[in-house]
Amino acid sequence: MAIAKTPAKRRTQIRRAALPYLYLLPAFLVMGVITFYPLVYQFIISFTNFDTTHLLLGLKSPDLKIIGFKNYVDIFTASLPVENFNFFRVLIFNFWWAISNVALHVPTGVLIAAMLNTEGLWMKRIYRAVYILPVVVPPLVVATVWRNIFDEQYGAMNQLLTFFASLIGQTDPVTIRWMNEYPPPIPGFLPGAPLTLAYYAMMIANFWLGWPFMSVVATGALQSIPRDLYEAASIDGATGGQQFWNITVPLLRPAMIPAAVYGFTLSFNLFNFVFFMTGGGPARSTELLVTFAYNLVRNLRWYGVAAAFAVIIFFVALIVFLITNRITRATQNYLEA
Amino acid sequence: MTTAQTVKAKTPILRFLTMNTSGQTSGRSLPLWRQLLLQLLCIFILVTVMFPIMYIVTLSFSSQTSRPSSLDLFPKEISFVAYRQVLDRPTGNPVTFIELLSNSFKLSVGVGLVALFIAVTAAYAFSRFKFKAREVLMIMVFIPLLMPAVGLATPLYLLLNNVRISDCGGGVISILPFSACADGARGLLLFNLRDSLLGVGIAMTATALPFAVWNLKGYLDTIPKELEEAAAIDGADANQTFWKIVLPLAVPQLAVTFFLGFIGHWQEFVLTWLFLSQPKDYTLAMTLYNMTGQYANSIPWNRFAAMAVIVALPVAIVYIGLQKQIVGGLTTGSVKG
Repeated sequence: MAIAKTPAKRRTQIRRAALPYLYLLPAFLVMGVITFYPLVYQFIISFTNFDTTHLLLGLKSPDLKIIGFKNYVDIFTASLPVENFNFFRVLIFNFWWAISNVALHVPTGVLIAAMLNTEGLWMKRIYRAVYILPVVVPPLVVATVWRNIFDEQYGAMNQLLTFFASLIGQTDPVTIRWMNEYPPPIPGFLPGAPLTLAYYAMMIANFWLGWPFMSVVATGALQSIPRDLYEAASIDGATGGQQFWNITVPLLRPAMIPAAVYGFTLSFNLFNFVFFMTGGGPARSTELLVTFAYNLVRNLRWYGVAAAFAVIIFFVALIVFLITNRITRATQNYLEA
Repeated sequence: MTTAQTVKAKTPILRFLTMNTSGQTSGRSLPLWRQLLLQLLCIFILVTVMFPIMYIVTLSFSSQTSRPSSLDLFPKEISFVAYRQVLDRPTGNPVTFIELLSNSFKLSVGVGLVALFIAVTAAYAFSRFKFKAREVLMIMVFIPLLMPAVGLATPLYLLLNNVRISDCGGGVISILPFSACADGARGLLLFNLRDSLLGVGIAMTATALPFAVWNLKGYLDTIPKELEEAAAIDGADANQTFWKIVLPLAVPQLAVTFFLGFIGHWQEFVLTWLFLSQPKDYTLAMTLYNMTGQYANSIPWNRFAAMAVIVALPVAIVYIGLQKQIVGGLTTGSVKG
């Protein structure tokens, strides 16, 4: 290939080699300014005492000090001057919140999808049409509506409970302080983090929001299961329950695991929902990592600490991604095998 | 049977509504006691799903401005007073409904379009070209996807906050960070990029861009290369292939990516609530937050309910139109919420 090339040919060759970079240029120019530079900037100020007094001059402020890992140490050792903040409690709660949601939504979604598949069930279409409504409403609106439903004085939940109480002869109105009661109803349920009533209220609201989506996914997967499998099983004398556990469940797994992983990641960073419903309260017991990070920058305005917290969140997110990615990969291999 | 044909309905939700996936041979009918038991269960689920929806719709059609003292799940009256009041004057702030609506639309449409235009060429480069830095650059683009939006909020706030236009007096205008007023005087602040729709839009683009690149790349990967190879044989160069062949083919996916972005941007709260301080810049999502919980002391619940319905509508409409892509995309992991 050592034949001398004409300059023209060489020029087209250079142009061809440069072409991909040309196509990438707009995105990288923009991301350089509004993503990469801010990320580096964030990393730098996470080692400083950046606060509101440095807003105008930024890194050039004369009294901006490099304080090493102090912000990180303060976060991990709970020595920030914030009431009721403990990083590891928030971390445990955050994982528990995501896991407990997925553990409820996926089985419920599958069971309801399977129930609606029962042949000869009346009004199937009406049920299906109604059951997808929660998927369609934006979560932001769902959270605000449920926030009002759980209002202790005028909320629908207490009014509903009052109605049930009146059926068994109770005349006093129910006034459960859903959002403000601090002592956990089941003490010691989750080691390391108290689960207040507000957590259960959030679980109820997010359950309403979460299972219908899993049900839609499960229905799609149910359709792909060949019917002769069930026929063969019933000829062999398998009961309905046996068919469900030995045919339906294993064949739904490849579709449900990615959906569960998606649900986990979504719940893990469910900012809007938590912020709108409880704001992290009472006493920060329902705070997620993302809502606390937001408090640091919006309300407390400790930009240095907030930057350090964001760096920590990034590594937590990275670990979660690596784990969930492994789980999804594992199911892919299971499919191929 | 016509039902057999409707089984082949196009969209997952339609399929969910119409298909027969009972997995049992036809002709067997459900025993009556089981039918009744399942009906009971289905109706119970139906009631729980409809509960918050009926509650909020009933509330929005009520003319009562006092807080609900008892539970109503069916409208006693159809009054549009609350809707009229919300459209007339949504909150105590001096801002009209039209302004809120247009702010929400400006942000969600503007960010969606800008991200799309910048992302499409990058997605094409990643999908079609082989070049040295491909892997590294791809990781660079996709790593921000791991970071929750809160994680980028601090540095973007600080950096955009430092872009200011001030009137230094005497007809001198300074544009920070490029020029400052003489003698370190601050001057009269005319414009702060952070506290403007434009600034929030820029910040939102930072989170929208990697997602758009990812989503579009995933789709371009599925377009067969044969078409492009045929074009190349006919003498088209890479640019012509992109503009004349790939881009027209990608139009449906461009629309999907845009609308998926729209659903997210419509509910954007993290950045808007952090950046914007002037009521004239508020969005519908921010206003809804202002009408809930601790901020809502003076706001009648029927008005809150009307607002919730209004905010939910555009997303619900887009969602119903895009069911296939959303449910399909979410389960294969090509969509980030």
